[in-house]
Amino acid sequence: MRRRMRGVAVVAVALTSALSLAACAKDSGNSSNNNNASGNPSSGCKLADKPAAAPAGSTSADAGGKVDGSALKIGLAYDIGGRGDGSFNDAAAAGLDKAISDMGVKKDNTKELTASANESPADKETRLRQLATGGYNPVITVGFAYADALKKVAAEFPGTKFAIVDATVDGAANVTPLTFTEEQGSFLVGVAAAYKSKGCHIGFVGGVDVPLIQKFQAGFAQGAKAAAPDIKIESKYISPAGDFSGFQDPNKGNVVTKGELDAGADVVYQAAGKSGEGVFAAAKAANKLAIGVDSDQYNQPTVAANKDVIITSMVKRVDVAVYDFIRAFAKNDLTTVPKVFDLKADGVGYATSGGKIDDIKDVLEAYKAQIVAGKITVSATPTK
Amino acid sequence: MNLLRGKLMPPLLAIVFSALLCSVALVISGSNPGTALSAMVSQVGHGTTAVDIVNSASVYYLAGLAVAIGFKMNLFNIGVEGQFRVAAVTAAVVGGALRLPPVLDAIVILLVAVLTGALYAAIPAVLKVTRGVNEVISTIMLNAIAMGIVAYMIRPDVFGVLHGNNISTAEIPTAGQVPGISFGSGGTVFGLVILAAAIGVGYWVMMNRSRFGFELRASGESPTAATAGGVNAKKMVLTAMLLSGGIAGLVAMPELLGRDHSYGIISPAGYGFTGIAVALLGRNHPGGVAFGALLWAFLDKSALALDNVGVPKEIVTIMQGTIVLSVVVAYEIVRRVELAAEQRRVGRELGNTGGTPPQPAVASAGGES
Repeated sequence: MRRRMRGVAVVAVALTSALSLAACAKDSGNSSNNNNASGNPSSGCKLADKPAAAPAGSTSADAGGKVDGSALKIGLAYDIGGRGDGSFNDAAAAGLDKAISDMGVKKDNTKELTASANESPADKETRLRQLATGGYNPVITVGFAYADALKKVAAEFPGTKFAIVDATVDGAANVTPLTFTEEQGSFLVGVAAAYKSKGCHIGFVGGVDVPLIQKFQAGFAQGAKAAAPDIKIESKYISPAGDFSGFQDPNKGNVVTKGELDAGADVVYQAAGKSGEGVFAAAKAANKLAIGVDSDQYNQPTVAANKDVIITSMVKRVDVAVYDFIRAFAKNDLTTVPKVFDLKADGVGYATSGGKIDDIKDVLEAYKAQIVAGKITVSATPTK
Repeated sequence: MNLLRGKLMPPLLAIVFSALLCSVALVISGSNPGTALSAMVSQVGHGTTAVDIVNSASVYYLAGLAVAIGFKMNLFNIGVEGQFRVAAVTAAVVGGALRLPPVLDAIVILLVAVLTGALYAAIPAVLKVTRGVNEVISTIMLNAIAMGIVAYMIRPDVFGVLHGNNISTAEIPTAGQVPGISFGSGGTVFGLVILAAAIGVGYWVMMNRSRFGFELRASGESPTAATAGGVNAKKMVLTAMLLSGGIAGLVAMPELLGRDHSYGIISPAGYGFTGIAVALLGRNHPGGVAFGALLWAFLDKSALALDNVGVPKEIVTIMQGTIVLSVVVAYEIVRRVELAAEQRRVGRELGNTGGTPPQPAVASAGGES
């Protein structure tokens, strides 16, 4: 008990010092009115000192100037699930929709094709050729599964500009990679989880055990440990590499989450695509908390029934990346596309919808500033 | 003529029936069946589609033959899926590490694949002959285990290589690759298409011209009669499963040695299940299975063409499902009709030789059996 008291005291001190600093950094929240000690009354962890907030790098994308995209013919090649998957394909679609509404791109001049489950790599090549020969330029491919096919097809169509989400293609000058630092955003929600955990015990549920999802796990664990060195973390994947059902199966997501909750975790972070619906349902049933992924899931219609357990989401702005790429293409200057969509470029971040983390926003902003300034390096691979 | 009708009518009927059914589905969903059909037919002439169909068909053909061997003796090897994946990843790992002269290298990789597939199939086979474990159950469970084995083998800290967000086995050097037959911009046909065809011929010879094939078919049609005739049932189960697994081991080889050169987390799965459908379509006959494989590949590629003209590509899945279902039903109907006709004929002939008029009761009783 005394230990906990001291923990709260440490936090209180840390918060006071940070708040005064954060006040001059960009901080939209009015949390400075709150009593410091009640800033996070819920955490059961002995929290580490929060870093002093470095002046946050202002990250405004170049908003200036209207760009005319009415002449563009844009092709999108989705991964399995396509538009409407409630996950990263949908985010890419949102980027395209924004280009249609903001830049005057004509809907009839866009074509969206979707991969089938278990299709042959040759089918991905055919899909890209269909778009390129159809005169679509730029062509945006969604998902690292397109990397090999794109390498081949990009060479066949040197006059067409391609972009690929979640991968880089070496040696192809006409391919723009749109990659993200998922581990940085996950770090921040890891901090949030540590602050919100009553039992100082949190969990991670990954869809499929692949390097991409391990980045989410790695950042989450590092962030939680940075905020609370003694925290216990459960980490489970729904399916092994090669079996992509883990992204599609809410029932399994529910069971795996229940296992982690039964083990004592009280805040779970999911990076499991559609299976995430089951994660939220399990958290709701056990009256525990959850953290969403990719989009601001608090506002996502498909999980609306369980949205009150979602304290925040690690947002990965595939929509921003797709939109930025289209915009840069329309301006005929692809060099303005960020090399990596990281925290600094607002390519990843955390969502505040629902107001459940308003009390610790200054803490998260402080950690964010540290990462942006390079004072904290987040690893993309989980420590064994 | 009669034979042709019995063999060809059912699949044709099934294709027409499923095309009709899909047209109805398309009309209901607001698409034009004419657009869909013309897109499906005209795709064959575009780009690499024709070559892709042949390439995919070679893979489906091997999977179909692997399943067909089991079917021939009433073994349902659902485990082709697991056998082919374990074999593929093992062969890819060995191939990535081997440094042998050309040709020899490829042959060793193929042998590794066959042996691994056969070994993985040996587990359900041994379980069946020693403990009577139903192969359907054991192979389904082994499929799940295979998934884990593949995932383990391609881990970066085991045999995998990490590149970007993807992991796969190490690249197989040129010596282990099998060159294809290039059609320029039309694509490249896998060299191992020829191997698939050769195995089809070998399957036919084995089934129809060898003692083993005879015993296999006999065991399938009547296990008791085969045992009475001196066939060792356990040995037959074991051999059939090993052969099935061996061919299953080759399923991924055309793609692995002809195009991908490594096996990873995004390598396609599901060929084993396609093989079941293809074997059903082809009635376990090597020619029929080839036809089924080509049809299936054609439909698979149609999904791309349909997506491109804005028709929901899921219609292809509906079509594949209805074709398999209606082929099975159509064969059964044709079989019964022919059986009834045969019995009527026999009844008539018996009636004639006996000098009494044919008895309608006999004919109708025969028709019901």
